[in-house]
Amino acid sequence: MLKIGKTELDALRRHGEETYPHECCGVLLGQVDGDARAVTSLARCGNTRNDSPQNRYNIDPAELIRIQREGRKRGEDIVGFYHSHPDHPARWSSTDLAEAHWFGCSYVITSVEKGKAVLTNSFELTGSEESDKKLVDEGVEVQ
Amino acid sequence: MTKIHIPTPLRQYTGKQADVQVKGGTVGDALSDLTSRHPDLRRHLYTEEGRLRSFVNVYLNDDDVRYLQKEATTVKDGDSISIVPSIAGGHV
Repeated sequence: MLKIGKTELDALRRHGEETYPHECCGVLLGQVDGDARAVTSLARCGNTRNDSPQNRYNIDPAELIRIQREGRKRGEDIVGFYHSHPDHPARWSSTDLAEAHWFGCSYVITSVEKGKAVLTNSFELTGSEESDKKLVDEGVEVQ
Repeated sequence: MTKIHIPTPLRQYTGKQADVQVKGGTVGDALSDLTSRHPDLRRHLYTEEGRLRSFVNVYLNDDDVRYLQKEATTVKDGDSISIVPSIAGGHV
């Protein structure tokens, strides 16, 4: 389960609209709340896949380290990531799964059709290692 | 001593510690000390051949060690090492 405020949800959806027709990406910060992840802030990131931004994203680890450091000052931890799918469904692809390594975190995907955010879904990366990992649909509770 | 920042998905193998203090004069030595203290981490960081997994990024302070001397990079007291699994994907 992902718990997220309407402000943060709208912000990540808007990010996808702004970067359309390219994929946007960013970090979800907050705390683990039992079996759920509660988002308290977002951090927009640059997409380093300049070679194929319309269907690929990558977050620079150096940027993530900075975001993590600043988040820890506020008592926040990394609880997930978000990105958009321009003119494609809000469902994970084989590439999304192959490139997912943050077990126990949420991966939020927004479909952006003709520049407008349509659907936002969230998936938890379950499993314990590369051979058994899965992205599993999880509920999104908007607060 | 050097501090290693542990990313959230790997904290279950360090007794939930977000930071682990280790000894070692190089990045490789520091990681070796880390995995000797927390052996379950090893398979998540290294392949069976003993190489760092391709999606495991290791930073010494703000520098990717791939662009320094990799695991031979010298570590000083007070330095911090960050383990950062890659974040990437795409709809195709």
